Amino acid sequence: MLKIANKNFESRLFTGTGKFSSAAEMELALLASGSELVTVALKRVDLKTGEDDILSRLKHSHINLLPNTSGVRNAKEAVFAAQMAREALETNWIKLEIHPDPKYLMPDPIETLKATAELAKMGFIVLPYIHADPVLCKRLEEVGTAAVMPLGSPIGSNKGLKTIDFLEIIIDQSTVPVIVDAGIGSPSDAALAMEIGADAVLVNTAIAVSSNPVLMAEAFKMAIIAGRMAFEAKLGAVATDVRAIASSPLTSFLDDL
Amino acid sequence: MSSFNDIFETCDWKETSDSIYNKTSADVERALAANKRTLEDFKALISPAAAPYLEQMAQISQQLTLKRFGKVIQLYIPLYLSNECNNICTYCGFSYDNKVKRKTLSPMEIMQEVVVLKEMGYDHVLLVTGEANQSVHTDYFKMVLQLIRPHFSQISMEVQPLDQSDYQELRAEGLNTVLVYQETYHEEDYKKHHPKGKKSNFHYRLETPDRLGKAGVHKIGLGVLIGLEDWRTDSFYTALHLSYLEKQYWKSKYSISFPRLRPFSGGLEPKVVMNDRELVQLICAYRLFNEEVELSISTRESMDFRNNIIKLGITAMSAGSKTNPGGYAVEPASLEQFEISDERTTEEIVSMISNQSYEPVWKDWDAVLL
Repeated sequence: MLKIANKNFESRLFTGTGKFSSAAEMELALLASGSELVTVALKRVDLKTGEDDILSRLKHSHINLLPNTSGVRNAKEAVFAAQMAREALETNWIKLEIHPDPKYLMPDPIETLKATAELAKMGFIVLPYIHADPVLCKRLEEVGTAAVMPLGSPIGSNKGLKTIDFLEIIIDQSTVPVIVDAGIGSPSDAALAMEIGADAVLVNTAIAVSSNPVLMAEAFKMAIIAGRMAFEAKLGAVATDVRAIASSPLTSFLDDL
Repeated sequence: MSSFNDIFETCDWKETSDSIYNKTSADVERALAANKRTLEDFKALISPAAAPYLEQMAQISQQLTLKRFGKVIQLYIPLYLSNECNNICTYCGFSYDNKVKRKTLSPMEIMQEVVVLKEMGYDHVLLVTGEANQSVHTDYFKMVLQLIRPHFSQISMEVQPLDQSDYQELRAEGLNTVLVYQETYHEEDYKKHHPKGKKSNFHYRLETPDRLGKAGVHKIGLGVLIGLEDWRTDSFYTALHLSYLEKQYWKSKYSISFPRLRPFSGGLEPKVVMNDRELVQLICAYRLFNEEVELSISTRESMDFRNNIIKLGITAMSAGSKTNPGGYAVEPASLEQFEISDERTTEEIVSMISNQSYEPVWKDWDAVLL
């Protein structure tokens, strides 16, 4: 079972709450996904009145909220936003998203490292959204990150695992859970992430924007279960080039020795 | 210091216009097939040659918009603070030479208006004024921001162009977005339409988005007033401006609006009429050219048009708008800047959006994000 910080998760599918056609549809899709960790953008919810349509739809005992800092541009703003979230939503979990670039929403590694260090010291469970940068992942571990969330491809792009070579290094080296976040466009992408050993994936756009989000959520749920089973069962070696070679130009000298 | 003006000066209006009108269906097809579209592709997509490809453009535009923005429409409402104006603009109801009663809202009147906007449900407000620098100046804007900041999580402004230091001061008071439309990039015609007042300075206006970028304003809105000049050429300049700004000020977001000249009492007839098909073509062309830019549509457009456009690339719309200072509560009967076209209430717009399986979004920013 997946464990992050002190929490166990049956489901390895984490989900987002944006881009749905209504809060009601979002709720149905999230329930169908079986997801137990759901991220919510602070900027989208009304923390003042406590009567927020998104939040009220997430009140299910199996759903844990993961507030995210989308919109902040540096570590200072991120820390401030995390504190606001902790107070308003009564959780010390935070998905750290620091993108000073509003066009491609690329995460700032320097500010993310700074904020992770500070928030971890303050007792937050930090899940930072980052590039698929293996060295950054190790540096984040050193400062107390609870997990790492490298991107598969640009956020919202549905392009799949463009960063797969780096994800494999990260998974190989990591001592904390690796959650592939961003760019997962189809259940097969999610299955692939699980097959290479990711601990979980986070999916939003591909579910929300599908013409049948509930069905798509279920498809992701099953793909992730299948991918994880395949990882645990260990895939057979994938043959790259094992054509029979008639002569052995490189090794025939051995016969003459 | 470099600015968009450097690029602008290298671009000839006539040549640009010719190159748009000379695009062929082969150019359009290449643009449609491209993965990443260039400014030349944009020219093809706004050209007359693209007219037969409108349905394909709309389908791509819809897909790209869904991917980036989802099934949502952001809602905002304008709050006209003042119609005092020292500029003469041939197309505007607030023009200095137009005999209307002038009014600038006092703090108490602003709060009366705010109460009504909050009742309607708005959390994103767009502050609008004319240009009257002796009474409606940076200190006035600061006062307004301090007054209304507790009530809105997103505050945008569409007022006269200001200096970089002014924008920096206002940002610190919670200003999020600034819209400054060039009206037209045709320099000579710009001068004809703006014969008097500070607005007659074409280049100061042209360099305003640079000052906004330097001041670190979160979102910058661009656009031209469609009807003053050839819309295709003007829109190309807008796209060129956008491309420049995105590279130069990469921490800011951008939005585009497409105001079509609307009638007002005693006003100018449009020189160039853009029909509805052409507006759809332009909206889709922007989306195909730039997947991330926000596209906004106001109540200038008709009900039928607005109902159908939300699925084609638009990301934000206003509703229930009044274009006269005090129009919501203080002085509902005073003269408007222009006649709005879609007069439905906010409630009606919200249900129209929901009925199309889109979510109306009121809040997409937070005071915590300075």
